[in-house]
Amino acid sequence: MLILGLLFYIFAFVMVVSALNVVLVKNPVHSVLCLILCFFSASGIFMILGAEFIAMVMIIVYVGAVAVLFLFVVMMLNINFIKMKEGFQRYLPLCLIIATVLFIDLYLVINSSVNQENLLLAKASIPIPSEKDLTNTHSIGMVLYTEYFYPFQIAGLMLLVAMIGSIVLTHRVRTNVKKQNISDQLARKREDCISIVTPESRMGVK
Amino acid sequence: MEQIVKLPVIDLGIAHFLILAAIIFVIGISGIFLNRKNVIIILMSVELMLLAVNINFVAFSYYLEDLVGQVFSLFILTVAAAEASIGLAILVIYYRNRGTIEVEDINQMRG
Repeated sequence: MLILGLLFYIFAFVMVVSALNVVLVKNPVHSVLCLILCFFSASGIFMILGAEFIAMVMIIVYVGAVAVLFLFVVMMLNINFIKMKEGFQRYLPLCLIIATVLFIDLYLVINSSVNQENLLLAKASIPIPSEKDLTNTHSIGMVLYTEYFYPFQIAGLMLLVAMIGSIVLTHRVRTNVKKQNISDQLARKREDCISIVTPESRMGVK
Repeated sequence: MEQIVKLPVIDLGIAHFLILAAIIFVIGISGIFLNRKNVIIILMSVELMLLAVNINFVAFSYYLEDLVGQVFSLFILTVAAAEASIGLAILVIYYRNRGTIEVEDINQMRG
Protein backbone atom coordinates (compact mmCIF):
# COMPACT_ATOMS: atom_id res chain seq x y z
CA MET A 1 0.00 0.00 0.00
CA LEU A 2 2.88 2.33 0.78
CA ILE A 3 4.52 1.83 -2.58
CA LEU A 4 1.20 2.35 -4.34
CA GLY A 5 0.63 5.59 -2.46
CA LEU A 6 4.10 6.86 -3.30
CA LEU A 7 3.61 5.90 -6.95
CA PHE A 8 0.28 7.70 -6.99
CA TYR A 9 1.83 10.89 -5.70
CA ILE A 10 4.74 10.68 -8.14
CA PHE A 11 2.46 10.10 -11.11
CA ALA A 12 0.01 12.77 -9.97
CA PHE A 13 2.80 15.31 -9.52
CA VAL A 14 4.29 14.59 -12.95
CA MET A 15 0.83 14.73 -14.47
CA VAL A 16 -0.12 18.09 -12.97
CA VAL A 17 3.24 19.68 -13.81
CA SER A 18 3.15 18.45 -17.40
CA ALA A 19 -0.50 19.51 -17.82
CA LEU A 20 0.46 22.99 -16.61
CA ASN A 21 3.32 23.01 -19.11
CA VAL A 22 0.94 22.06 -21.93
CA VAL A 23 -1.00 25.22 -21.22
CA LEU A 24 1.81 27.62 -20.33
CA VAL A 25 4.77 26.76 -22.58
CA LYS A 26 5.41 29.07 -25.55
CA ASN A 27 6.54 26.52 -28.12
CA PRO A 28 3.67 24.21 -29.20
CA VAL A 29 6.10 21.36 -29.93
CA HIS A 30 7.12 21.40 -26.27
CA SER A 31 3.51 21.47 -25.19
CA VAL A 32 2.75 18.40 -27.34
CA LEU A 33 5.68 16.60 -25.70
CA CYS A 34 4.34 17.58 -22.27
CA LEU A 35 0.94 16.24 -23.32
CA ILE A 36 2.60 12.91 -24.11
CA LEU A 37 4.24 12.87 -20.65
CA CYS A 38 0.85 13.67 -19.12
CA PHE A 39 -0.75 10.72 -20.92
CA PHE A 40 2.04 8.41 -19.79
CA SER A 41 1.55 9.32 -16.14
CA ALA A 42 -2.22 9.02 -16.58
CA SER A 43 -1.71 5.47 -17.77
CA GLY A 44 0.44 4.89 -14.67
CA ILE A 45 -2.50 6.08 -12.57
CA PHE A 46 -4.77 3.66 -14.42
CA MET A 47 -2.33 0.86 -13.65
CA ILE A 48 -2.59 1.73 -9.94
CA LEU A 49 -6.37 1.49 -10.29
CA GLY A 50 -6.07 -1.98 -11.81
CA ALA A 51 -7.28 -1.00 -15.27
CA GLU A 52 -4.42 -2.46 -17.26
CA PHE A 53 -6.24 -2.59 -20.58
CA ILE A 54 -7.28 1.07 -20.41
CA ALA A 55 -3.72 2.02 -19.47
CA MET A 56 -2.24 0.26 -22.47
CA VAL A 57 -4.92 1.54 -24.85
CA MET A 58 -4.24 4.99 -23.45
CA ILE A 59 -0.60 4.75 -24.48
CA ILE A 60 -1.36 3.24 -27.89
CA VAL A 61 -4.21 5.56 -28.85
CA TYR A 62 -3.22 8.81 -27.20
CA VAL A 63 0.55 8.73 -27.45
CA GLY A 64 0.75 6.65 -30.62
CA ALA A 65 -2.00 8.33 -32.60
CA VAL A 66 -3.42 11.52 -31.16
CA ALA A 67 -0.25 13.14 -29.84
CA VAL A 68 1.71 12.21 -32.95
CA LEU A 69 -1.10 13.72 -35.05
CA PHE A 70 -0.80 16.93 -33.04
CA LEU A 71 2.96 16.94 -33.47
CA PHE A 72 2.56 16.37 -37.20
CA VAL A 73 0.14 19.29 -37.58
CA VAL A 74 2.26 21.62 -35.43
CA MET A 75 5.31 20.89 -37.51
CA MET A 76 3.45 21.04 -40.83
CA LEU A 77 1.96 24.49 -40.34
CA ASN A 78 4.42 27.32 -40.59
CA ILE A 79 3.14 29.73 -37.97
CA ASN A 80 4.66 32.53 -35.94
CA PHE A 81 3.97 31.13 -32.50
CA ILE A 82 5.41 34.00 -30.50
CA LYS A 83 2.66 36.28 -31.81
CA MET A 84 0.17 33.65 -30.66
CA LYS A 85 0.89 34.33 -26.99
CA GLU A 86 -0.18 37.98 -27.14
CA GLY A 87 -3.46 37.80 -25.26
CA PHE A 88 -1.87 35.81 -22.42
CA GLN A 89 -1.41 38.63 -19.87
CA ARG A 90 -4.82 40.08 -20.56
CA TYR A 91 -6.77 36.91 -19.88
CA LEU A 92 -4.66 35.69 -16.94
CA PRO A 93 -6.62 37.33 -14.06
CA LEU A 94 -10.01 36.24 -15.44
CA CYS A 95 -8.67 32.75 -15.98
CA LEU A 96 -7.27 32.52 -12.45
CA ILE A 97 -10.59 33.65 -10.96
CA ILE A 98 -12.62 31.15 -12.99
CA ALA A 99 -10.18 28.29 -12.33
CA THR A 100 -10.17 28.95 -8.57
CA VAL A 101 -13.94 29.16 -8.35
CA LEU A 102 -14.39 26.03 -10.42
CA PHE A 103 -11.83 24.08 -8.42
CA ILE A 104 -13.33 25.10 -5.08
CA ASP A 105 -16.70 24.08 -6.46
CA LEU A 106 -15.47 20.65 -7.53
CA TYR A 107 -13.58 20.20 -4.24
CA LEU A 108 -16.67 20.96 -2.17
CA VAL A 109 -18.77 18.55 -4.22
CA ILE A 110 -16.19 15.77 -3.90
CA ASN A 111 -15.69 16.43 -0.19
CA SER A 112 -19.34 16.52 0.71
CA SER A 113 -20.85 13.77 -1.40
CA VAL A 114 -18.16 11.19 -2.10
CA ASN A 115 -17.50 9.16 1.02
CA GLN A 116 -17.45 5.56 2.04
CA GLU A 117 -21.12 5.34 3.02
CA ASN A 118 -22.29 6.69 -0.32
CA LEU A 119 -19.96 4.33 -2.19
CA LEU A 120 -21.42 1.38 -0.33
CA LEU A 121 -24.91 2.45 -1.34
CA ALA A 122 -24.12 2.16 -5.03
CA LYS A 123 -24.56 -1.28 -6.48
CA ALA A 124 -22.28 -2.63 -9.16
CA SER A 125 -24.21 -3.56 -12.28
CA ILE A 126 -21.33 -5.59 -13.71
CA PRO A 127 -18.92 -6.52 -10.91
CA ILE A 128 -15.23 -6.84 -11.64
CA PRO A 129 -14.22 -10.51 -11.48
CA SER A 130 -11.28 -11.35 -9.23
CA GLU A 131 -7.81 -11.37 -10.77
CA LYS A 132 -7.53 -15.14 -10.33
CA ASP A 133 -10.55 -15.89 -12.48
CA LEU A 134 -10.12 -13.47 -15.35
CA THR A 135 -7.60 -10.87 -16.35
CA ASN A 136 -8.71 -7.30 -16.78
CA THR A 137 -8.57 -7.45 -20.59
CA HIS A 138 -10.52 -10.70 -20.67
CA SER A 139 -13.27 -9.38 -18.43
CA ILE A 140 -13.61 -6.14 -20.45
CA GLY A 141 -13.91 -8.25 -23.60
CA MET A 142 -16.60 -10.39 -21.99
CA VAL A 143 -18.67 -7.29 -21.30
CA LEU A 144 -17.84 -5.17 -24.34
CA TYR A 145 -18.86 -7.67 -26.98
CA THR A 146 -22.05 -8.82 -25.27
CA GLU A 147 -23.65 -6.24 -23.02
CA TYR A 148 -22.28 -3.19 -24.79
CA PHE A 149 -22.32 -4.53 -28.33
CA TYR A 150 -24.40 -1.73 -29.88
CA PRO A 151 -22.41 1.10 -28.25
CA PHE A 152 -19.27 -0.67 -29.44
CA GLN A 153 -20.57 -0.77 -33.01
CA ILE A 154 -21.61 2.88 -32.78
CA ALA A 155 -18.12 3.77 -31.57
CA GLY A 156 -16.66 1.99 -34.59
CA LEU A 157 -19.09 3.83 -36.88
CA MET A 158 -18.05 7.11 -35.30
CA LEU A 159 -14.41 6.39 -35.98
CA LEU A 160 -15.31 5.56 -39.59
CA VAL A 161 -17.19 8.87 -39.93
CA ALA A 162 -14.24 10.73 -38.44
CA MET A 163 -11.85 9.02 -40.85
CA ILE A 164 -13.97 9.75 -43.93
CA GLY A 165 -14.64 13.28 -42.71
CA SER A 166 -11.00 14.16 -42.24
CA ILE A 167 -10.08 12.65 -45.61
CA VAL A 168 -12.85 14.59 -47.37
CA LEU A 169 -11.88 17.80 -45.59
CA THR A 170 -8.19 17.70 -46.34
CA HIS A 171 -8.32 16.11 -49.80
CA ARG A 172 -7.77 18.55 -52.60
CA VAL A 173 -8.05 17.98 -56.33
CA ARG A 174 -5.03 19.38 -58.13
CA THR A 175 -5.91 20.75 -61.52
CA ASN A 176 -2.57 21.47 -63.13
CA VAL A 177 -1.20 17.95 -62.85
CA LYS A 178 -1.35 15.52 -65.78
CA LYS A 179 -2.19 12.00 -64.74
CA GLN A 180 -3.64 8.84 -66.19
CA ASN A 181 -7.43 8.48 -66.15
CA ILE A 182 -8.04 4.80 -66.63
CA SER A 183 -11.84 4.92 -66.98
CA ASP A 184 -11.53 7.51 -69.77
CA GLN A 185 -8.99 5.34 -71.52
CA LEU A 186 -11.21 2.28 -71.31
CA ALA A 187 -14.32 4.15 -72.44
CA ARG A 188 -12.63 5.38 -75.60
CA LYS A 189 -14.04 3.77 -78.78
CA ARG A 190 -12.63 3.48 -82.24
CA GLU A 191 -15.47 5.53 -83.76
CA ASP A 192 -14.81 8.49 -81.50
CA CYS A 193 -11.28 9.10 -82.52
CA ILE A 194 -10.65 7.64 -85.99
CA SER A 195 -12.46 8.57 -89.17
CA ILE A 196 -11.62 7.44 -92.66
CA VAL A 197 -11.91 10.12 -95.31
CA THR A 198 -11.21 10.01 -98.97
CA PRO A 199 -10.18 13.51 -99.99
CA GLU A 200 -10.57 14.70 -103.52
CA SER A 201 -7.49 15.46 -105.41
CA ARG A 202 -5.97 18.93 -104.72
CA MET A 203 -8.64 19.71 -102.08
CA GLY A 204 -6.89 18.55 -98.92
CA VAL A 205 -8.46 17.24 -95.76
CA LYS A 206 -10.94 19.50 -94.05
CA MET B 1 15.22 -5.36 21.97
CA GLU B 2 13.33 -5.22 18.78
CA GLN B 3 13.04 -1.90 17.17
CA ILE B 4 9.70 -1.21 15.66
CA VAL B 5 9.83 0.92 12.57
CA LYS B 6 6.55 2.51 11.79
CA LEU B 7 6.11 3.19 8.13
CA PRO B 8 3.60 5.83 7.24
CA VAL B 9 0.83 4.07 5.40
CA ILE B 10 -0.57 6.12 2.59
CA ASP B 11 -4.17 5.19 2.20
CA LEU B 12 -5.49 5.98 -1.23
CA GLY B 13 -9.15 6.87 -1.22
CA ILE B 14 -11.33 7.73 -4.15
CA ALA B 15 -11.07 11.42 -3.23
CA HIS B 16 -7.37 11.38 -4.21
CA PHE B 17 -8.20 10.41 -7.76
CA LEU B 18 -11.20 12.71 -8.01
CA ILE B 19 -9.18 15.70 -6.81
CA LEU B 20 -6.43 14.88 -9.31
CA ALA B 21 -9.04 14.70 -12.08
CA ALA B 22 -10.50 18.02 -10.91
CA ILE B 23 -7.06 19.65 -11.06
CA ILE B 24 -6.44 18.36 -14.59
CA PHE B 25 -9.92 19.49 -15.67
CA VAL B 26 -9.38 23.00 -14.29
CA ILE B 27 -5.99 23.20 -16.01
CA GLY B 28 -7.68 22.22 -19.27
CA ILE B 29 -10.32 24.93 -18.89
CA SER B 30 -7.73 27.57 -18.04
CA GLY B 31 -5.78 26.47 -21.14
CA ILE B 32 -8.76 27.40 -23.27
CA PHE B 33 -8.93 30.81 -21.58
CA LEU B 34 -5.20 31.57 -21.75
CA ASN B 35 -4.50 30.54 -25.34
CA ARG B 36 -7.29 32.39 -27.08
CA LYS B 37 -5.35 32.57 -30.33
CA ASN B 38 -3.78 29.16 -30.74
CA VAL B 39 -6.30 26.53 -31.82
CA ILE B 40 -3.80 23.70 -31.41
CA ILE B 41 -3.37 24.41 -27.69
CA ILE B 42 -7.15 24.70 -27.33
CA LEU B 43 -7.56 21.23 -28.85
CA MET B 44 -4.90 19.90 -26.49
CA SER B 45 -6.77 21.45 -23.55
CA VAL B 46 -9.92 19.63 -24.65
CA GLU B 47 -7.88 16.41 -24.67
CA LEU B 48 -6.75 17.16 -21.10
CA MET B 49 -10.36 17.65 -20.01
CA LEU B 50 -11.38 14.33 -21.56
CA LEU B 51 -8.46 12.70 -19.76
CA ALA B 52 -9.76 14.05 -16.46
CA VAL B 53 -13.17 12.54 -17.21
CA ASN B 54 -11.47 9.23 -17.96
CA ILE B 55 -9.66 9.29 -14.63
CA ASN B 56 -12.99 9.86 -12.88
CA PHE B 57 -14.58 6.93 -14.69
CA VAL B 58 -11.76 4.52 -13.94
CA ALA B 59 -11.52 5.62 -10.30
CA PHE B 60 -15.23 5.03 -9.76
CA SER B 61 -14.91 1.72 -11.58
CA TYR B 62 -12.24 0.63 -9.12
CA TYR B 63 -13.94 1.80 -5.95
CA LEU B 64 -17.42 0.58 -6.89
CA GLU B 65 -15.92 -2.67 -8.26
CA ASP B 66 -17.92 -2.11 -11.41
CA LEU B 67 -16.58 -2.81 -14.87
CA VAL B 68 -18.89 -0.38 -16.67
CA GLY B 69 -16.65 2.58 -15.86
CA GLN B 70 -13.75 1.06 -17.77
CA VAL B 71 -15.97 0.23 -20.75
CA PHE B 72 -17.24 3.81 -20.89
CA SER B 73 -13.73 5.15 -20.60
CA LEU B 74 -12.96 3.18 -23.79
CA PHE B 75 -15.86 4.91 -25.54
CA ILE B 76 -14.59 8.31 -24.37
CA LEU B 77 -11.21 7.37 -25.81
CA THR B 78 -12.76 6.81 -29.24
CA VAL B 79 -14.65 10.11 -29.00
CA ALA B 80 -11.41 11.89 -28.14
CA ALA B 81 -9.57 10.32 -31.08
CA ALA B 82 -12.36 11.21 -33.53
CA GLU B 83 -12.55 14.74 -32.19
CA ALA B 84 -8.82 15.28 -32.50
CA SER B 85 -8.70 14.01 -36.08
CA ILE B 86 -11.65 16.13 -37.26
CA GLY B 87 -10.40 19.20 -35.39
CA LEU B 88 -6.93 18.96 -36.87
CA ALA B 89 -8.35 18.41 -40.37
CA ILE B 90 -10.45 21.57 -40.02
CA LEU B 91 -7.35 23.36 -38.76
CA VAL B 92 -5.30 22.25 -41.77
CA ILE B 93 -7.87 23.47 -44.33
CA TYR B 94 -8.36 26.70 -42.41
CA TYR B 95 -4.62 27.31 -42.53
CA ARG B 96 -4.58 26.45 -46.23
CA ASN B 97 -7.27 29.03 -46.96
CA ARG B 98 -6.24 31.84 -44.62
CA GLY B 99 -2.55 31.35 -43.89
CA THR B 100 -3.14 31.73 -40.14
CA ILE B 101 -4.77 29.79 -37.32
CA GLU B 102 -5.73 32.66 -35.01
CA VAL B 103 -9.12 31.96 -33.51
CA GLU B 104 -9.95 35.64 -33.07
CA ASP B 105 -10.02 36.02 -36.85
CA ILE B 106 -12.67 33.34 -37.19
CA ASN B 107 -15.74 35.56 -37.26
CA GLN B 108 -16.88 35.16 -40.85
CA MET B 109 -19.62 32.71 -39.96
CA ARG B 110 -21.24 35.18 -37.56
CA GLY B 111 -24.96 34.84 -38.23
